[in-house]
Amino acid sequence: MKQGVNLERFEIRLSGLGGQGIITLGRVLGAGLALGHGYQVTQTQSYGPEARGGSSRCDLVVSSGKISYPKAQSLDLLVALSQEACNAYYSFLKPGGILVLETDLVRQPPTNLYLGLPFTEMAASKVGIVQAMNTIVLGAISYLLPFVEQRIMRSSLQSALPAKIRDVNTKAFNLGHREAKREFGEQPEIWKGKPEEREGSDI
Amino acid sequence: MAAGRKKKRKELFALGNEAVVEGALLAGCSFYGGYPITPSSEIMEVMAQRLPKNDNGVFLQMEDEIASMGAVIGASLAGCKAMTATSGPGFSLMQEHLGYACMVEAPLVLVNVMRGGPSTGLPTSPAQGDVQQARWGTHGDHSMIVLSASNVQECLEMTITAFNMAEKYRTPVVLLLDEITAHTREKITIPREDEYEVFNRVVPTMPPEWYKPFEETVRGVPPMPPIGSGYRFHVTGLTHDPNGFPTSRPEEVADLMERMFRKIDQFLPQVSLYEEYLCADADVCVVAYGSVARSAEYAVEQARERGVKAGLLKLKTLFPYPRAATEKVMGHARALVVPEMNMGQISREVKRVNNGRATVRALNRVDGQIITPSEILKAIMQV
Amino acid sequence: MSEVIGNHIIHKYLRHNKKFPHVLCPGCGHGIALGALIRSVHCLGLEKDDVVIVAGIGCSGRLAVYVDFNTVHTTHGRALTFATGIKMAKPHLKVICLMGDGDALSIGGNHLIHAARRNIGITALVLNNNIYGMTGGQCSPTTPHGSFSMTSPYGQLEKGFDVAELARAAGANFVARGTSFHAQQLDKLLIQALQHPGFSMVEVVSPCHTQYGRKNKFKGAVDMYKWLKKSATPVERYAELDETGQKDRFPIGVFVDNDAPGLEEQYYALKEKMRGRKS
Repeated sequence: MKQGVNLERFEIRLSGLGGQGIITLGRVLGAGLALGHGYQVTQTQSYGPEARGGSSRCDLVVSSGKISYPKAQSLDLLVALSQEACNAYYSFLKPGGILVLETDLVRQPPTNLYLGLPFTEMAASKVGIVQAMNTIVLGAISYLLPFVEQRIMRSSLQSALPAKIRDVNTKAFNLGHREAKREFGEQPEIWKGKPEEREGSDI
Repeated sequence: MAAGRKKKRKELFALGNEAVVEGALLAGCSFYGGYPITPSSEIMEVMAQRLPKNDNGVFLQMEDEIASMGAVIGASLAGCKAMTATSGPGFSLMQEHLGYACMVEAPLVLVNVMRGGPSTGLPTSPAQGDVQQARWGTHGDHSMIVLSASNVQECLEMTITAFNMAEKYRTPVVLLLDEITAHTREKITIPREDEYEVFNRVVPTMPPEWYKPFEETVRGVPPMPPIGSGYRFHVTGLTHDPNGFPTSRPEEVADLMERMFRKIDQFLPQVSLYEEYLCADADVCVVAYGSVARSAEYAVEQARERGVKAGLLKLKTLFPYPRAATEKVMGHARALVVPEMNMGQISREVKRVNNGRATVRALNRVDGQIITPSEILKAIMQV
Repeated sequence: MSEVIGNHIIHKYLRHNKKFPHVLCPGCGHGIALGALIRSVHCLGLEKDDVVIVAGIGCSGRLAVYVDFNTVHTTHGRALTFATGIKMAKPHLKVICLMGDGDALSIGGNHLIHAARRNIGITALVLNNNIYGMTGGQCSPTTPHGSFSMTSPYGQLEKGFDVAELARAAGANFVARGTSFHAQQLDKLLIQALQHPGFSMVEVVSPCHTQYGRKNKFKGAVDMYKWLKKSATPVERYAELDETGQKDRFPIGVFVDNDAPGLEEQYYALKEKMRGRKS
């Protein structure tokens, strides 16, 4: 499998509420990057006796080479699907890192530099089921990350799902990708393969 | 990837715990008896799905960890490759039968995903506090093989190794993971059939009336028939003679005890597994295992960038302690850094081997957090 | 089945390379229970290779070593857990557990109720002598209220377990009680138990004069057998007695007799079904 972009160490945090499908989102994204795109990926998550509605977090580290330290600590991308998660993790974004928000659930963004979509509302009105929200996010992220190929990520998503819900999720994925393309504009320049710019960040 | 005509290796994006199951099944595990406990439960859950589908697989949820080990030993005596998995509190309960397994020389694999302790401790946080318990937790003098894994691929590989060692030396083998390794998802590659070795226990070939179940052999490991195969003999946790009958005659007791140590000790080079990373010219060497070894690797790379000749000795076997490997790096390193998520359970082994030659710096953390690369880097730069 | 079996049959099943003599005291009931077990195995025509005796710790635990079957002498109270593993791994084997009262009901109480609940195909013999015999006569969970032992020198204040009732409540398929005095009935109970699917338990009331009788006003071992003769009452007759009649007596016979399939049967049937679905 060919890697499109040479990545040094790219850190993603997906965060929000329990029940939003954060962990599943992370697993599908991770599997797509690792198995579909051929990157090295470590995915960790917050474990705990978390009830539905509590906080949920899932971290991914993506790299072209071996990943020694598996946990994320200086984020290139933070996806926050709740106000609480946004408040808790915003400070972990590295300078130039991108914040993606659920605009209905995060009403008080900590910065003006963010990208956002009303993912939950989109899932309800355009896909028909709220549970597909995480797949819309996946579609949006797939657009945003220059090293992700939409086609590969979509087939990775499809192979992870039971046949019954494959079509509706494919629809959600495409919707997310399309809307992100329209709303988010160009993919962030800094991610397009100039790893030396990000070097030297001490951890 | 090797020549194109060879079958492509299967890749999975899996948890450390799931990789343990993949490894166990490749090694021929056909019995799982256990009791669920965080953070090891995924091993049991996946086993519950997979084993009933296997030709001869048996999955059993027992009433507690004591019973789990009992069932595992029973299945092992009946000829199965058997395993269980647990975490700290369950590991404490399993110590009783871990000793029994040593005494009756029952091959089995016990995976302990370490969490913070003592007692209920930190159920969902990583620690490495069970290292010395794995070695000395059960009562009485005994030999013990304790292995560890630091990433998801290693979880698979070391589980196969654990089964092979258990079968080869007729002994329980403990595989220590920590919560980070167990709960990290990574890409793993399932080896093709010709890429890994599977060892099965030696069974007797002599007529049953000649068979002595605990008799001396060249390797120190007596052949072991499954129960019900025509070799009727007595198995007991009491000190026993070569026929398996209880004895307290000093010479028979000594023979048994010495054989049980020798059967592992004489194969030390084969049992001692480790990896050296940039060790050859290292002035400062980090000795680490489990997920901490990953942080250590990162720290070593950064130290090299800053002009310090650092290296990493990653231990995959914790006991019998890889003495020779440690002595080798001590030959040129003037200082050793031993980072652990405990108060110094392996650093005491390092110090014992060191015997005053090099500076040994223990770096300990017991707050349920992984030791970060920067902490290790700091220690490397200081010593 | 009713043929008279002489001692020469028992000799065929003993291990003559074992360093005899055995550990049992004169007057002990355990040897009679072991004899009954051998006779029932013989009557059923079981192959020695197919019989596994799994024993715990105590005087009862030592019995395993004397018989020429596959024998496993395990840890205190845990015999059933080992037996469960063996039975699940090799369901064609006849797995028999030999346990004492302290073994099966105190330290191993949890394993007993769970073995009964999961209905694993094991026959458990609980040799109940109301005392920890081997370790010197400390009280056990079946030591009767008011009786004396090394650890109840002023009389036991706790009630004892009713072993059969416990097994019944936990869901055992077959539950019976016999005594070392009623040896012929014991043979029959054991034959029935061994033929049952699922978990079967036979409690054998077996006197220990050395550690229990001497401290509790039994002059000799024979007195204890006289006590068994007097107080053990067939369950049918016991049910007809009023409360005063039942006092100082206990019922013997079959209490539970069900035919639910054992866990191992269900498990292997499930495997078979899954395989059928696959192909």
